[in-house]
Amino acid sequence: MASGVANGIIVTPEPRGVRVRRMARRLRRLPLIPVSILLVLVVCGITAPWISPEDPVNGDLNDNFLPPAWQGADSIPKTVVEGEVTGYRRLLDVQIGSPEFEEAVAARGLSAEEIQVGDELLVEGDKSGSTRFFFGTDELGRDILSRIFHGARISLIVAAITLGVGGTIGTFAGLVSGYYGGWVDELIMRLVDIVLSIPILLVTLVLVASLGASFELIVGVLSLILWPLFARVTRGEVLQLKNMDYVALARVSGAGSLRIMVFHLLPGVFNTLIVIATLNVGVVILVEASLSFLGAGVPPPTPAWGSMVADGQDHLATAWWISTMPGLAIALTVISLNLFGDWLRDTLDPRLRQLN
Amino acid sequence: MQRYLVRRILITIITVLAVSVIIFALARAAGDPRYLLLPVRATEEQFDALGKKLGLDKSYPHQYWIFLKDMVQGDFGDSIVDRRPAIDVIGERIQATFELAAAALVWSTMVGVPLGILSAVRRDSIFDRVGKVIALIGQSAPPFWIGIMLIFFFAVRLEWLPPTGREDFKSIILPAITLGWWFVAVNMRLIRSAMLDVLDSEYIKLARAKGASQRSIVWKHALKNALIPALTFAGISLGSLVTGSVVVELVFAWPGLGRLAVQSMYTSDYPVLQGVVIIFTLMYLTSALLVDILYAYIDPRIRYA
Repeated sequence: MASGVANGIIVTPEPRGVRVRRMARRLRRLPLIPVSILLVLVVCGITAPWISPEDPVNGDLNDNFLPPAWQGADSIPKTVVEGEVTGYRRLLDVQIGSPEFEEAVAARGLSAEEIQVGDELLVEGDKSGSTRFFFGTDELGRDILSRIFHGARISLIVAAITLGVGGTIGTFAGLVSGYYGGWVDELIMRLVDIVLSIPILLVTLVLVASLGASFELIVGVLSLILWPLFARVTRGEVLQLKNMDYVALARVSGAGSLRIMVFHLLPGVFNTLIVIATLNVGVVILVEASLSFLGAGVPPPTPAWGSMVADGQDHLATAWWISTMPGLAIALTVISLNLFGDWLRDTLDPRLRQLN
Repeated sequence: MQRYLVRRILITIITVLAVSVIIFALARAAGDPRYLLLPVRATEEQFDALGKKLGLDKSYPHQYWIFLKDMVQGDFGDSIVDRRPAIDVIGERIQATFELAAAALVWSTMVGVPLGILSAVRRDSIFDRVGKVIALIGQSAPPFWIGIMLIFFFAVRLEWLPPTGREDFKSIILPAITLGWWFVAVNMRLIRSAMLDVLDSEYIKLARAKGASQRSIVWKHALKNALIPALTFAGISLGSLVTGSVVVELVFAWPGLGRLAVQSMYTSDYPVLQGVVIIFTLMYLTSALLVDILYAYIDPRIRYA
């Protein structure tokens, strides 16, 4: 690297040793726990079809409501019915007067006369956790751990595509806006203002009601949320960069507008873009989870973290793990992303601090 | 100031129009609305009459104009599920949503502001750390999950509070905490950084130099200026609180607008859904507009930006 001149100041590159030492110092501050969590998550998401112990979509009803591996048998509510109970109904009903019924009545200190057909009765379960289903199973007997792996996969795919689409559109819009200025800038930035002030979550509900929930819809909506953020930041950076001498030199030497934008301005914005992208993966995952919690996300039976939390809400009293586990996965992922993003921001682009 | 105002109001109007166009286009994209609005065994005459009323025989721009005119008058059509004007169905739910939003705002301000001040004044103390944890959870854990976990601990296990519904004063506690959590986090961070900035400024140094006590510096000199961003934020949050309530109301079966919106989505009750979305959009945008105006009034630097 040779010395260069920027804005009339002579810039001498630092000796190699200084740079290496500074990199090492920053790496030492790398938040290890969040980064390892993210790594595990990404690996699990990518390899989900191969490492999942069970089928995430088709479960065995005989295995439903199994608690996590470390928990013993739990009581489950069953409906009191007349007549013999057969088949999988045994999991949901209890016959009045049967030994199982008497035992449950005695255990709760009730008298058999008080209880009528149709009542709910807490019956001692014969199910305790097993290592086969490490985080337990849900209402349909599906393995929660496998579903979390596959849910990670969906979240990762959605995040990757959305950041790709929204990030590209936003970056390009920001480049054009900042580079050309004038009415183009005015137009794009007002569009950004408008999109940012639309309550997108609500409009999505209308979208789902009329077009139906789909993967494409989620990606589209999330890209729509993301591009204005990228556009604003890119524009701001370009406004500063485009008056630098090296850009003027490129123009003098005959580079066209497109060439200047892509080869001379874009690299200067790149660090900032990486930081914005990382900080927004968490946002994407949260919004995707909220949508699938509302039933407006990737349609079932595809496992998504948000809809898994929703599945467990009705069984909170008896099967707490169904909602808790996927929710923990979301929270841990987003916390890790935020911590990692903060570190990345401080390392690559300390100026961004003011933006947040 | 005037130019700024005009511009802000114009953008707000364009946004409302944009949302209404989207909703109109989606309503038409979903198919002939008459199949949804009329009972299955409707007669040919009923079919035609409704077609005329909705203006389906006219061009799309003309139809949109009718749609817009009805909307301004608060006429969103009849609810498909309830068979009565959608605006009535919406009107019954609006109070519950406001109650919840107000409760969330009060508790998040009451916790967020003092915590922000304490963590700025006593950096790296226990307050600072507790605050950081609360903020991290608030920004990372999905609100619906926080809500479900609160139900699990305080309603199912401890049985202190009702899990869902809206009966007495107790039933608002859990939903308000859930909805307000995120705002506690943001409020706290805002106050903390504003407070740190202010405490570092020249006039605080002057106050110190002339011998003012620490207490009077924090509470009398610094807080006044540090509160500006927090107050602004409280205003902006009114809008986001309203949209955030969609998820929280669903978790707690809180009979407000948000839950109504989701239910109408499930049942394809289009008139109600579009009514709720339009009303939410208006609330969201008006509060943002009011805050921007207020902010420009307080802080002259904004006006000339």
